[in-house]
Amino acid sequence: MCEVHKNNCFIHVPSGMQPIALSCIVNGEAVAAMVDPTMTLLNFLRSELKLFGTKEGCGEGECGACTIIMNGVAVNSCLILAAEVEEANIITVEGLAQGDKISILQEEFIEKDALQCGFCTPGMLMSARALLDRIPNPTVDEVKEALAGNFCRCTGYFPIIDAVMATAERERRELRK
Amino acid sequence: MMEKQYKHIGKPYNRKEAQEKVTGQAIYTHDMELPGMLHAKCLHSPYARAKILSIDASEAKMLPGVKAVLLGEDAPYLLGLYMVDKRIIAKEEVRYQGEVVAAVAAVDEATAERAISLIKVEYQELPAVHTIDEALEAKILVHEDINELEYMQGVFFPQPDSNIASWNKAKKGDVKKGFEEADVIIENELSLPAVAHVPMETHVTIAQADLYSSKIKIWSSAQSPFAVRQLLAKSFGIHKSDVHVIVPYVGGGFGGKAGIHLEPLVTLLSKAAKGRPVKLKATREEEFNQLPTRAGMRGRIKTGVKKDGTITAMAVYYDWDSGAYADYGVNVGKAAVYSGAGPYEIHNIELHSRTLYTNKVFSTAYRGFGHLETHWTIERQMDLIAQRLGLDPYEVRMKNILRPGSRTLSGELIYETSGSPSDCLEAVAKEIGWSGYQSEEAREAQLKTGKVRGKGLAMLQKAPAMPSYTSTAAIMQMDEDGRIKVMIGAIDMGQGANTVMAQIAAEALDVPMENVEVVWEVDTNKHPYDWNTVASKFTFMGGNAIKKAANSMIKQMKELAAQVLRCHVDELTHGGGYIYHVHHTHRRIAYEKLSRGYVYENGNGIGGPLIAHGVYMADGLSNLHPETGQGMPALDWTFGAHGIELEVNIETGEITILKVASAFDIGQVINKKLVDGQVMGGVLQGIGSAILEGYKFAPNGRLMNPSFTDNKIPTAKDLPLEIVPIYIENPQTDGPYGARGIGEHPMISVPSAIGNALYDALGINFYRLPLSPENVALAIANKDH
Repeated sequence: MCEVHKNNCFIHVPSGMQPIALSCIVNGEAVAAMVDPTMTLLNFLRSELKLFGTKEGCGEGECGACTIIMNGVAVNSCLILAAEVEEANIITVEGLAQGDKISILQEEFIEKDALQCGFCTPGMLMSARALLDRIPNPTVDEVKEALAGNFCRCTGYFPIIDAVMATAERERRELRK
Repeated sequence: MMEKQYKHIGKPYNRKEAQEKVTGQAIYTHDMELPGMLHAKCLHSPYARAKILSIDASEAKMLPGVKAVLLGEDAPYLLGLYMVDKRIIAKEEVRYQGEVVAAVAAVDEATAERAISLIKVEYQELPAVHTIDEALEAKILVHEDINELEYMQGVFFPQPDSNIASWNKAKKGDVKKGFEEADVIIENELSLPAVAHVPMETHVTIAQADLYSSKIKIWSSAQSPFAVRQLLAKSFGIHKSDVHVIVPYVGGGFGGKAGIHLEPLVTLLSKAAKGRPVKLKATREEEFNQLPTRAGMRGRIKTGVKKDGTITAMAVYYDWDSGAYADYGVNVGKAAVYSGAGPYEIHNIELHSRTLYTNKVFSTAYRGFGHLETHWTIERQMDLIAQRLGLDPYEVRMKNILRPGSRTLSGELIYETSGSPSDCLEAVAKEIGWSGYQSEEAREAQLKTGKVRGKGLAMLQKAPAMPSYTSTAAIMQMDEDGRIKVMIGAIDMGQGANTVMAQIAAEALDVPMENVEVVWEVDTNKHPYDWNTVASKFTFMGGNAIKKAANSMIKQMKELAAQVLRCHVDELTHGGGYIYHVHHTHRRIAYEKLSRGYVYENGNGIGGPLIAHGVYMADGLSNLHPETGQGMPALDWTFGAHGIELEVNIETGEITILKVASAFDIGQVINKKLVDGQVMGGVLQGIGSAILEGYKFAPNGRLMNPSFTDNKIPTAKDLPLEIVPIYIENPQTDGPYGARGIGEHPMISVPSAIGNALYDALGINFYRLPLSPENVALAIANKDH
């Protein structure tokens, strides 16, 4: 697959259908590619862009492990076709840190031990990020609501909720500075 | 007792690998790609039991991009941990709906899937064994060759011409006399369905087989790389050293990734595909329906009691609906034999545990290993006894509880240092303000509001369920700058054990935490042997091994330093990164100066690179007597208790859990932040088993809910309002810094405490899980009539 030259390059199209040209922004970088029309955004991120931070837990939009932010909204990337993201602005877990400094949200996940096996963590972080972008001072119930589509089998969610609440507080403080 | 003065033990350090996990850098087997890698897919049996009349894979083989197609006849190997009873791919007969009948490796998943759809199988459906009673009747045998199966003798007891994969027993005292002495005899039956582990990363394996030798390289989402190596080598009849297993980050296990699963199948696919690496990633449906579960169970219990609540005799039958293959199931059954009476001293007892073959997806270890199930029986029965006698269930428990000087079910003596069940019960009762069942009047008054509150207690115990000779080892090396690398062959799949191991190494060596690295990505060619990462044994066994390695490293440094400092080794001590003279403390050498051996000013060198090792072998354990179940099965008991307060909506049957207080005597908290994580996560998994989860089978044996749509796990919206972890610290003398295992325990007895609280709230006894809104509402409606 060639990300740069679009249709001039050899690409592998398992469905056998006519590939579709696609351009979008992923973690601040311009991406142009030819994609199999049946390919999900999740597979595009992982197999084509090699962004393996976004995980697949069920492939059916039930578990939230594949959550990314698309145009400011947290979505299950396994339910979206890559072809649908034309012109979209996409953020994955790899796009949360600023340069080599991890974000407050990531710091609070570490501090509150909001992860164990870590497999749901990227999706959980993206759902939390989208919530905080929308509501900078959420209530605990709003956090629970925002994370209800993200399964975690390890932590019991309490530390995750604590981390999101602590992030909200720190981010508001930073903003006031 | 002297106040403990630790620098690292007891400190709530952040987990070492957290930053990699929050930045998306942590690589799981799920994420791995290798040069030339192929993708595999499986075809599954649609029937619970059927004869395979014919398979036609010719079209699949002709599909461009397909590199290998395997059928049962291509995989003539038997697998099994304790009972060697499972084919890698079914041949001639299928024994559960979901069993693999063919597999394909192709250039991508889509091609593999298309090839699978082209394979034509002709089946003849056969009558199947669906229930525990049908299994016991033995009109149909799930394994007609049960009499010929190879098994671990002396530990498991398959019964001839039956569906009983193992019948384990305990017999103690005079049961007949005990029942005669009883004032009241209380009999009940309690049961629960099969439940899935649901790791967020499904099972996934990449295997690469060397075409020209027996060598195999495997990357797997596995809890137990050394068990994979051993079982694969045994099944294929090759040397263990030919099997090289690497475990990257693991996305959760909970027992479901112990033992061996996809590895042999993927190895054969790689071999058939001319040695190209092959990746097989279970779909979520396969995770529910092909890969093993926790068994369903039925407990039939009869207890003789005096009027004051003293238990005089007990007779129990635990029957495990364990599915088509034994896997860990027989060992789950065995655990019931030494732990299935709960943390109580019962002088006269007869206990039977039968692991049964049925035509369902097979079962394996799941966090707590049979204990959530047996405690559902025992801890509900304790409340049912109290109800019958008109006593406080707290008092009935205290009357029979294990105390120093008591003997366990298997005859093991309890010491002051074994941990205290009564401390745990007392702590949770206090935390939830337990004062006995509420009165019928109080209940009636609450009922008028449409919501009823109730409180419940339940106790728990567990010791590692493992072979008597289980062992582990640690290798410790010092880098040139004095930093420490520790290698241990057990897996941190999220439980935080590697951080705890680093704390133990840092404490023993007296170096800063950041100077210790536990090397991730366990590799059977580099890491030292560990049996399995199961049973809540990592902290205990691994911690002891690392402590010994650290002591050996200090000894080596002292021996070298004694030459340089011109004194006897006995005059030296260690601390703060130095070996120094106990009195002339300025006579000292920094660790890093000893790391490659010591170099004098004139260039002379002595000693050499610092490498130490420590081993730990389970101490003093023995096999259980086949008839009486007496022996020494338990490395360390962790006792605990839950107290739960809940509210029931009497219209909808929905349960809101207001508070969970959970106390465990873990001897020594090594890292509170990490233990809290185990408790909160475990309690919520227990709530899942209690209220939400459970397999539903159609009458023809088909699993009806193999997806998250119909088989949900708890989400952030299903949380109790509060979980209060309480740690009792009666140190275990032979544990690392006094610590005991805790990984599995928080899940055990959560359903029992909820069931008991439901009785307090509603005056209704529940005997079967799950306590779903539907089941609770139905019970309320039936009571009204």
